[in-house]
Amino acid sequence: MNWEVFLEMGGYGFYVWTAYGVTFAVLLLNILWPIMQRKQLLRQLIIRQKRGQR
Amino acid sequence: MSVIPASIGRFFHRTASPPYFYALADKLIPWLTAILLVLLVCGLYGGLYLAPSDYQQGDSYRIIYIHVPAAWMSLFVYVLMAVMAGIALVWRMKLAEVMLIASAPVGAGFTFIALVTGSLWGKPMWGTWWVWDARLTFELILLFQYLGVVSLYSAIEDKRSAAKEVAILALVGVVNVPIIHYSVEWWSTLHQGPTVTKLDKPSIHVTMLIPLLLMALAFKFYYLIAVLQNAKLELLKRESSSQWVKNLLEKKA
Repeated sequence: MNWEVFLEMGGYGFYVWTAYGVTFAVLLLNILWPIMQRKQLLRQLIIRQKRGQR
Repeated sequence: MSVIPASIGRFFHRTASPPYFYALADKLIPWLTAILLVLLVCGLYGGLYLAPSDYQQGDSYRIIYIHVPAAWMSLFVYVLMAVMAGIALVWRMKLAEVMLIASAPVGAGFTFIALVTGSLWGKPMWGTWWVWDARLTFELILLFQYLGVVSLYSAIEDKRSAAKEVAILALVGVVNVPIIHYSVEWWSTLHQGPTVTKLDKPSIHVTMLIPLLLMALAFKFYYLIAVLQNAKLELLKRESSSQWVKNLLEKKA
């Protein structure tokens, strides 16, 4: 497999790879965002619960 | 209830209970992720490497492998949202509300991807990034509908009534789905007509079609994973003072 030819995409490399880059960036963000938010929320709830027990 | 056997009723009741659903999502996500990765690797390898160039569009057509699945999903997710909205309005079922809200950002993502990749495909093929024709315009409106659902829900403090308002908005907006689907037939346009869904004789070669179907399936699995992640967050937010969340926190702490 010739990587240079592959990446060139017959002269359309910019359009093809930008499209794929944007797509996977959006898809990844849409999964990582709720995971990060949930971790943060869980941390806050644990702190609140510990305070309540005292 | 007489038309639905009691055992099925119990199954739905149990699955829809927040603690059970939260645990179920945790169990499902690793499997769904594994399937997604396999589908993505096969679909991308087939689409970007094995499939031949298009005789008219060269290699630029390879954007199809993300553009078309994203565009399909942008409509599919909205229909699912409308179904959830109906269930939420008629039966006031909490899980339907949660799934409705959890779907909106994912659908917005698919719509955004369909628009951006379409633009990046249009530039080399049509010579322009954007035209105000029916399909593109109504797809842009669909993006605003998704964003409208997200922002209306976050604007209303009480989440039960927020869900009701959002459900009405989502149901009304579903008229846009058939408009987008048939737009290439109703109006003359730069956008090409359907190539795959003419099931009797698809105008696409099988070595190009198989990776496209793999990618479409991959996007479906992606949707399930993303919607479950959003639903877990939403359930925790809503039920943060309930006993099952307290038990969960004790296990984590």
